[in-house]
Amino acid sequence: MEILMSITVGVLFTVGTYLLLTKSLLRIVLGLILLSHGAHFLLLTMAGLQTGTPPLLNLNSEAYADPLPQALVLTALVISFGMTSFLLVLSYRTYQAFKTDDLEKLRGSADE
Amino acid sequence: MNNLLVLPFLIPFAVGAILILFSKRIGTQRFLSGLTAIIMLGVSIYLLTVVRAEGIVVLEVGSWSAPFGIVLVADLFAAIMVLMSSIVGLLCLFFAFRTIAPEREKFYFYPFYFFLLTGVNGAFLTGDIFNLFVFFEVMLISSYVLIVMGGTDYQLRESLKYVVMNIFASILFIATMAFTYAVTGTLNMAHLAERVAELEQVGVLNVIAMFYFIVFGMKGALFPLYFWLPRSYFGPPAAVAALFGGLLTKVGIYAIIRTFTLIFPHNLDFTQPILIWVGAITIVIGGLGAVSNFDFKRILSYHIVSQVGYMVIALGLYTSLAIAAAIYYIVHNIIVKTALFLYAGTAQRITGTTDLKQMGGLLKTHPLLGWMFFITGIAIAGIPPFSGFISKLSLVIAGFETGQYVVSGIALAVGMLTLFSMIKIFMYVFWGEQKHTKAQGKIKVGDLLLPAIPLVILTTVLGVAAQPILSFFLEASNQLLDPSIYIDSVLKGGGA
Repeated sequence: MEILMSITVGVLFTVGTYLLLTKSLLRIVLGLILLSHGAHFLLLTMAGLQTGTPPLLNLNSEAYADPLPQALVLTALVISFGMTSFLLVLSYRTYQAFKTDDLEKLRGSADE
Repeated sequence: MNNLLVLPFLIPFAVGAILILFSKRIGTQRFLSGLTAIIMLGVSIYLLTVVRAEGIVVLEVGSWSAPFGIVLVADLFAAIMVLMSSIVGLLCLFFAFRTIAPEREKFYFYPFYFFLLTGVNGAFLTGDIFNLFVFFEVMLISSYVLIVMGGTDYQLRESLKYVVMNIFASILFIATMAFTYAVTGTLNMAHLAERVAELEQVGVLNVIAMFYFIVFGMKGALFPLYFWLPRSYFGPPAAVAALFGGLLTKVGIYAIIRTFTLIFPHNLDFTQPILIWVGAITIVIGGLGAVSNFDFKRILSYHIVSQVGYMVIALGLYTSLAIAAAIYYIVHNIIVKTALFLYAGTAQRITGTTDLKQMGGLLKTHPLLGWMFFITGIAIAGIPPFSGFISKLSLVIAGFETGQYVVSGIALAVGMLTLFSMIKIFMYVFWGEQKHTKAQGKIKVGDLLLPAIPLVILTTVLGVAAQPILSFFLEASNQLLDPSIYIDSVLKGGGA
């Protein structure tokens, strides 16, 4: 399971980085979303995945799952949700103001 | 156990939330926020005296004991930083009362101002890496709002880059924490420090250390990740630019100093050259950028980049004196940089521009502004008796003691560039023919300069009373250089 998750993370990072390097604003936003998903999966995977064990120390069971990564991912997820919505609004406003989503045209003039 | 530790970020958080309710009543907002900023200054001074008297103060939040629960820790360095943020927060707020447009005030300027301070103070006081991330995000989201507030075309375009850069850095931060947790099984800083020491910081731990350096370096505007700073700090109004220029990059530097003195100090042969040379390149790039620009705010922004480099070099030298120099530099830079941005805002209020070539002769119509700028300008360039001199001097002495002659030479040479660009501003803006109209010449700016006067006094005091202040910072740096003090007070007995 860890192997599968690691491959998923790798694919998400690859695609996210590719999108981040393009010139279109929307693609950059999508790239950041994919990258943050990758990072969240990574956080979950790195702690070791365990199935069928309770997340609390229990007298009856030998093993227990680590609850901390889930708590961390939940926090990170909420934060990235907020950031993404802010970023979407900001990009839309920028698009409205400049009538373009091409970053080449959003560079700013040379004398600045 | 001391609940005092939550106050520096609980107060601004609560007040920020309350201020949202009064968003249309400017008078109430101003009164509440001014009062809060003064209370925060009082609290942070009290915190510093408590830390000085009792040593490191620890609070285990919700009484969950150390490696499991979240801890808040204040050592001398953190307490000094909280004090600085309160000073800057108070003064920029009073500057904002006079300069921020009522439209901005009605659209939640003050709430986000306090949420920003929540994030900054929280980042200084936390003892847990994940918690540090959360406070970073609190700080960043407020900074996004403040930097784009007003929504001019320039602000939208440059803030977008600022936001994308910082979100990417945050993602990298999460990934780094994932690796940290995988290798060490903990995210509590003291516990991490203990585990990394047991593992002797080899192999993948060095990679993790470098990842932290990249993440915090991005927030602190280190070479090669500095390019977003001069552009994005140009857009927002002066009060916001002053707050950002004074505080935000220093939070990144604080995090670098914290991680590299507490968690990753075990492989100096590897980390030292990287820190020193990244710092050296940063100061050269920042200095050159300042020299090549002809805009008041842009020159100051490039100076931020340059000054950040000095702090990282001081950390890289890693002696007691060098770390004290780093703290001195941070304190000095927060004071001076805030003051300079306030002058830029004042000059903009008078002339309506920040372009050096369209300004001139301000000394004749506004002598107080001119001379205050002169004092601060030579303070940042490192001329005695002001604070910049002592911080550079102690840095260079530390450099010579450790045999880093080249880097010390670079640090001194770039000091000349700083002086040059300050003289350039002074000559273009304050000397020469008067380019603003007579009506503009009559604009009174006394009330705008009032918040900057305490800063000028502070930089002078820091320079003149260097002996007691430097020995106090040496105390703080010795505390940083002996991580066992921090670890013991967090993990054993929960401190005072």
